[in-house]
Amino acid sequence: MLRNTSGMAKWLLIIGILITAVFVICAIFAPWLAPTGFDEQSLNGEPIPKNQAPDGTYWFGTNDMFLDVFSHTIWGARTALEVVLLSLAFSLVIGVPLGLVSGYVGRWVDRLLVFLMDAMYAFPSLLLALVFAFLFREKLGGGVLAAALSLTVIYIPQYFRVVRNTTVSAREATYVEAARAIGAKDTTIMGRYLFGNVIQSVPVIGTLNAADAIGTLAGLGFLGYGIQPDEAAEWGFDLSRALDDIGAGAWWQGFYPGVAIVLLIIGLTLIGEGLNETLNPALRKRKTAKVTMPPHTPKEVVHE
Amino acid sequence: MSDQPILEVKDLRVWYGSPSGPVRAVDGVTFDLRPGEILGLVGESGCGKSTLGRGLLGLLPDGAQRDGELRFRGKDLLAMKPRERNRLRGRELGMIFQEPLTRLNPLMRISEHFEETLRTHERRIGKAEIERRSLEVLRLMGIPPTRYRAYPHEFSGGMRQRLMIGLGLVLRPAFVVADEPTTALDVLVEAQIIRILHDLRRDFDTSLLLITHNLGIVAEACDRVAVMYAGEIVEIGDAREVFRNPRHPYTRELLRSTISLRTTGLEHIPGAPPDLVDPPSGCHFHPRCPDAMAVCASRAPRRLVTRAGTTVECWHAELEAGTAAELTDAERAPLRREEILVADEA
Amino acid sequence: MPTKPDATPPRVLTDPVIEVDDLSVHFELGSSALRRLFGIGTRTVRAVDGVSLTLHRGEVLGVVGESGSGKTTLGRALLGMAPATEGHIRHHQRGGTVKDVHALRGTALRQLRTDLQMVFQDPHAALNPTMTIETAVGHPLKIHGVATGAELRTRVAETLERVGLSPAEQFLGKYPSDLSGGQKQRAVIARAIVLNPEVLIADEPVSMLDMSVRAKILQLMIDLRDDLDLSYVYITHDLATAKFFCDRIAIMYLGRVVEVGPTAEIFANPRHPYTRALLKAIPEPDPDLAVPRDLPRGEIPDAAAPPLGCSFHPRCPVATGECGWESRDLRVLVEEHWLRRGPEAFAAEKHLMGDLAKLDTPSKRVQIATRDPARTVEWLEAIRAEDADEPLWAGVESLTVEGGAAVVQFREGVDPALRTAGEAEVACVLYPEGETSGVE
Repeated sequence: MLRNTSGMAKWLLIIGILITAVFVICAIFAPWLAPTGFDEQSLNGEPIPKNQAPDGTYWFGTNDMFLDVFSHTIWGARTALEVVLLSLAFSLVIGVPLGLVSGYVGRWVDRLLVFLMDAMYAFPSLLLALVFAFLFREKLGGGVLAAALSLTVIYIPQYFRVVRNTTVSAREATYVEAARAIGAKDTTIMGRYLFGNVIQSVPVIGTLNAADAIGTLAGLGFLGYGIQPDEAAEWGFDLSRALDDIGAGAWWQGFYPGVAIVLLIIGLTLIGEGLNETLNPALRKRKTAKVTMPPHTPKEVVHE
Repeated sequence: MSDQPILEVKDLRVWYGSPSGPVRAVDGVTFDLRPGEILGLVGESGCGKSTLGRGLLGLLPDGAQRDGELRFRGKDLLAMKPRERNRLRGRELGMIFQEPLTRLNPLMRISEHFEETLRTHERRIGKAEIERRSLEVLRLMGIPPTRYRAYPHEFSGGMRQRLMIGLGLVLRPAFVVADEPTTALDVLVEAQIIRILHDLRRDFDTSLLLITHNLGIVAEACDRVAVMYAGEIVEIGDAREVFRNPRHPYTRELLRSTISLRTTGLEHIPGAPPDLVDPPSGCHFHPRCPDAMAVCASRAPRRLVTRAGTTVECWHAELEAGTAAELTDAERAPLRREEILVADEA
Repeated sequence: MPTKPDATPPRVLTDPVIEVDDLSVHFELGSSALRRLFGIGTRTVRAVDGVSLTLHRGEVLGVVGESGSGKTTLGRALLGMAPATEGHIRHHQRGGTVKDVHALRGTALRQLRTDLQMVFQDPHAALNPTMTIETAVGHPLKIHGVATGAELRTRVAETLERVGLSPAEQFLGKYPSDLSGGQKQRAVIARAIVLNPEVLIADEPVSMLDMSVRAKILQLMIDLRDDLDLSYVYITHDLATAKFFCDRIAIMYLGRVVEVGPTAEIFANPRHPYTRALLKAIPEPDPDLAVPRDLPRGEIPDAAAPPLGCSFHPRCPVATGECGWESRDLRVLVEEHWLRRGPEAFAAEKHLMGDLAKLDTPSKRVQIATRDPARTVEWLEAIRAEDADEPLWAGVESLTVEGGAAVVQFREGVDPALRTAGEAEVACVLYPEGETSGVE
């Protein structure tokens, strides 16, 4: 992938991957990297003091819940990535096939689905996520799964739209007609002929949506409808808790989770933009070396 | 027709960049074009025809390089300032494209298209004059005056192509490049367009470079024909002479492989045109040439001017003309080469 | 019965593979919600309009026409890919079973593809860009459960070798974008023959290829016909390749077959004026031939509103009074008059015709309401006097002043059906029913 990228796009991609990689490492190795568990109120048997400023023991300080901010931020990375990956997987599994079927079958199926998706798309995404978070909380509790599902709902229409629109144009392609001419079933045509050609823009939307999902998840947590503190560490929730103590000068409680949110969003967005410039031929500008011509030796002329 | 050429091209090269290296799309091309003359440019796809046609008008791909001589009415176009060249383009140098619909603005009436074209180059022109000149051109294109205020979508494909030609000619340019102007059209409409192009010299005194892959069109419409292969013009001369007595094996094979109403057997040229990034050594055609000799693989052919006025670049033609006495027997021996597979084709 | 046909023409054509009987394929066009609501103005395009043809076993049947003639739709209908509005398509299978293609749906229709296959015009577009050649060519075998695993691979490799993509190993793993145009068309042909079908519908299979490659692909198709006992429907706009390749040729114009007969007869003795025009229009690589000047004017008309009478009459150089002249032809006539006379005449005379757009609705009776209808009649008479041979005037019954308008009344026209003329069949009033020789 990097080999086909050049200039600006390449640097966007590299920086994005580096930033995101840090968070991925934090998420995977959280139990080893974090000095305490996400809801552990003691370090090495010692109880953690409340609202302590950063020092040699508590690098990022401690908060009003007797928790180590450093540990909590690292655990937060794990939560964020879990939610994002789950919601990404769900919305792909639902949105892509729906878009494929809608675009290929057409007629009333298409009209109905487009109407539903447009209706969902018309709502502000945070509002929609809030409503569904509220609904899912009844059934699933305030954990990672409920948060991931409520994010899924807002991202399905995006995949649906892109896949449906590319399918509508790809449906008319000769190779689809050719597939019908060799006797392929509709399901075969969708799976073997259309799928591979219509999902090419999905990675770009995926990474951009992931960035957006981090923000929305934090928004949910901030408003108290996201992941509950007894389920997992979550930056948005931390941020809202920290607000109360900022007046008292305890800046560290909100600062570190906030920086984490911003950095991860930037990292994912950079990957998305970099991918877009690499994969989208309309944006890609061929970089070719300047042509140098060796001196020309004119041909000798002979006469009959 | 005066004898002073309107266009003189000498050793023109146009190379452009690609991921695998510079493409030698036009590599040392020399020819003249007289006023009112129609020169047909033929060859297989990917031999540099379109690049040459566009290169003559200065329409080059990004990062392309040109060198050699390109004189229009004696003035060197390559040395000209970009502003000066842009002023010439459209007014003196025109281009007719293949896809007429994409070049017409669907929201503008035909009259507005003509108005815009004329106003761009003649700022002070009056409304009545615009209409007079437009209708005159439309008449020559066979479009009735009742359609002057119609929109592009109200016209059929052939009419649109005639509109495009009319728009290209309303400024009465001295030289026009037509790149495959009939490829997208049906045979009856194609014949109508060829007739219009054929009558250009009578109606407009315009010189035309007609790029096509259809040898039949060249035979019908052109005075002279240039055969292009791998970035070079391998044979150029009077159309009758070249068709009747092709001197270059490529021209001969191209004529033989054309399927026409008189075809009685299927002939083809083995292999495919070469990659222009790294064309074969010597004569570029030698890997596919039935007449290739040992010399063809190592030494580039010279430019032979025949008694009939044809210019041909081929060792075998020189041998036949008796101008290559210095070639040794070893050089004249038939070329030994690998077999070309059926599947190695264009 | 279906023995390998002798390579030397003429073949004995007695054993039909596909019979088309009075087939029509119509499409609804531009029916906006509002129009459908009021049930007005739905435009029906008669892409194929009453075609009867027979493809015999081992035969190459050429279907020749311009774009818009309905030849591609006919080809798709033969495969059951465009639904027949009316008429029958019968497929006689090798075993003797007869299938009604027009009535097949679902699985039965898909099963038909083992017998009937298609080759497309644009080989690049016809191959899925994300499939390797091996997968693409092998897919029909997989879909119909003919072969799997190693056997599938062997069959694919054999077929690739058969179409000249050899050594096959070199091509199996490649993607379409790695191949040249001719190679891609060979792959498309390989995919079409891998199921060992009886009939190939080839829609302009060589027209997007370079001259030097066309001959190779045509030769391949000829070899395949002889080796695999194939029958072809060769759809093309190019009479030159059709002449070389086909046993019989059907000329299509605006959804109809206007002439059909043995290739030799069509070329030696073209009867329909349209066939003659097509033959004359082909540019020959011979500079001694002059640019043809007496070619039909205009272009193929809109299939949603075909001309009254014979569809070809507006362009026909030898049309008669009974060919179906009507209002739109009058518009063309006066426009051509102004074209000849120049813009000044147009400016001076345009008031005589009123609103030309009124002539666009097909009608046998034209009322031209102007201030001075007598002057209009006089003017039209003057145009008639200029070129009395113009066939439109033969179709005018009367030209009078009636109730403040100039009225042009046209004679009733004939819409000629296909009938036997010599060795061919032709749809033209010059070859009336019952006369076997016709006007030659």
